[in-house]
Amino acid sequence: MKKWQYLTSTALLSSAILLGACGGEKDESSTSAETQTEQAESGSAQISGNVVGDGSSTVAPITEALVEEYAAVQKDVRVAVGVSGTGGGFEKFINGETDFSNASRPIKDSEVEELKNAGVEYTEFELAYDGLSVVVHPENTWAKDLTVDQLKQIWIEDGTTKKWSDIDSSWPAEEIVFYSPGSDSGTYDYFDEVILDGEDIVKSATLSEDDNVLVQGVTADKNAIGYFGYAYYLENKDKLQVVTVNGVEPTNDTIETGDYSPLSRPLFIYVKNSAIKDNEATYDFIKFTLENAGEMAEVVGYVSLPSEKYDESLEVLEGLK
Amino acid sequence: MRYIQEDLVMKRMNKRLISNKVWKFIFFIATSFALVSLGMLLYRIISQGIGFLDWEFITNFASRIPENAGIKAALIGSLWLMSVVAPVSIILGVSTAIYLEEYAKQNKLNDFIRMNISNLAGVPSIVFGLLGLTIFVRLFGFEKSILAAGLTMSLLILPVIIVAAQEAIRAVPNEQREASFGMGATKWQTIVRVIIPAAIPGILTGSILALSRAIGETAPLVVIGIPVILQFLPTGYLDTFTALPMQIFDWAKRPQEAFQYVASAGIIVLMVVLLTMNSIAIFIRNKFQKRY
Repeated sequence: MKKWQYLTSTALLSSAILLGACGGEKDESSTSAETQTEQAESGSAQISGNVVGDGSSTVAPITEALVEEYAAVQKDVRVAVGVSGTGGGFEKFINGETDFSNASRPIKDSEVEELKNAGVEYTEFELAYDGLSVVVHPENTWAKDLTVDQLKQIWIEDGTTKKWSDIDSSWPAEEIVFYSPGSDSGTYDYFDEVILDGEDIVKSATLSEDDNVLVQGVTADKNAIGYFGYAYYLENKDKLQVVTVNGVEPTNDTIETGDYSPLSRPLFIYVKNSAIKDNEATYDFIKFTLENAGEMAEVVGYVSLPSEKYDESLEVLEGLK
Repeated sequence: MRYIQEDLVMKRMNKRLISNKVWKFIFFIATSFALVSLGMLLYRIISQGIGFLDWEFITNFASRIPENAGIKAALIGSLWLMSVVAPVSIILGVSTAIYLEEYAKQNKLNDFIRMNISNLAGVPSIVFGLLGLTIFVRLFGFEKSILAAGLTMSLLILPVIIVAAQEAIRAVPNEQREASFGMGATKWQTIVRVIIPAAIPGILTGSILALSRAIGETAPLVVIGIPVILQFLPTGYLDTFTALPMQIFDWAKRPQEAFQYVASAGIIVLMVVLLTMNSIAIFIRNKFQKRY
């Protein structure tokens, strides 16, 4: 009899304490936010504060490396970044939930409009370059080089089941198997814009937000074709064959110079102007980002911008402060 | 003259024995199907993850370098999350069950409530995520905090706890209630001193199994938008955080192959947490169980 009473009273007591802690926390956090901004205004070398971001999974590896390095420099700045995809990130950015948003495509007109309505002023910075890599199975001996028109012909929905021989009569009469990133990703949007020209992607395509699924899909099927970010190709170089587009192979050089066109694309970070002005921590983190993005991008498998570009961005950032 | 024709009996007996054997085999295959898949899963995860599992894995934050990656933020975050989910869901769930079993009258309204609680238990978790996003994150302004995620998870497992607690309360023999009333006890005294003590093993087992589900759920956290890239620990219930399944999901999506192994190591940590919780459930059940 005593046992269960002891047990329930402990459970009740501990939950009461926990719930009590919840209630008290509100005041604490609001006061601590005030002291944080006060500290920030005094301009000491060690600052504190919260920075919240979200966005593209393509940009996420760069951000993770930056956050990791930044934590070593500024221990008290708490940077939290989600990975909801470019579209999902913008949705939160428009809602005012985040201070910055990562994107693997330029912002859409509709999103600009919504940000305007929400009264959010923002600035766009480029972080690095990515080369969308089109890949096929290593045993694919025919489709080693494709033109943009051929890519379009392969990927658009035209109501027929597509065989390789439909694209070029000397190629095998076997059905093509498609793997594409999911429609919430900036990678899909970018491919849709430059290759598909706004037309629908083939219905038989397997869409996945997880790029490793695409890699596995293409490695498993001789007739498969897929595309994804350059970093995923680099990591799986030995299992996949990259397609040259208009004769150009995606490499660090061709992506940086823009020769690998139209599939070389910039990766962006969109920053809320008011967050830079009002929050020393956000300013400092974005500054750190622009100073180190090139190096971190190379580390995780993307291509750095020319250093003048970062300098220009830093000047713009100073102007916002 | 013999009353039993042995040939005939043997003939029929053989047939029955054979059919018994066949069915036994089929059922055995069915059982081993689940066991074999579990075994394969465990083997794959342990063989992949064990190399990355060391003390540093527990005490480091996430990193871009697989060898340095750790699960500290996610593990501590999940424990914080549970400290909200456990009290909220158990208190609400058990209270509801007591009301429905002991106080509520048998009428259409209460039948309707009971039916809907069972239905809620079958609603996909992502729907609860959307509910949490709309109510706790946006309407109440809790943002992506432990509190918002914890309350969402509590809603998710509440129906399961209610149903388990109802079953446990219903299993208390009616004679005990009547004996208690017969001794002059009030309803409240009967509930507190007779029914709950008898039902507590069932209630706690059900609750802990439900909590185990909450600790492994990913979909509601994804919908709420819990961050995965962070390098700090929460200090209060309104702080943002990350949780074990989110971190594992993030690692599994990485391009570098080594991160797949890191993800496996994360799964091992999650399994250890789960097994610990389940063994607590078994321990409580055995310790408090009374037989009549």
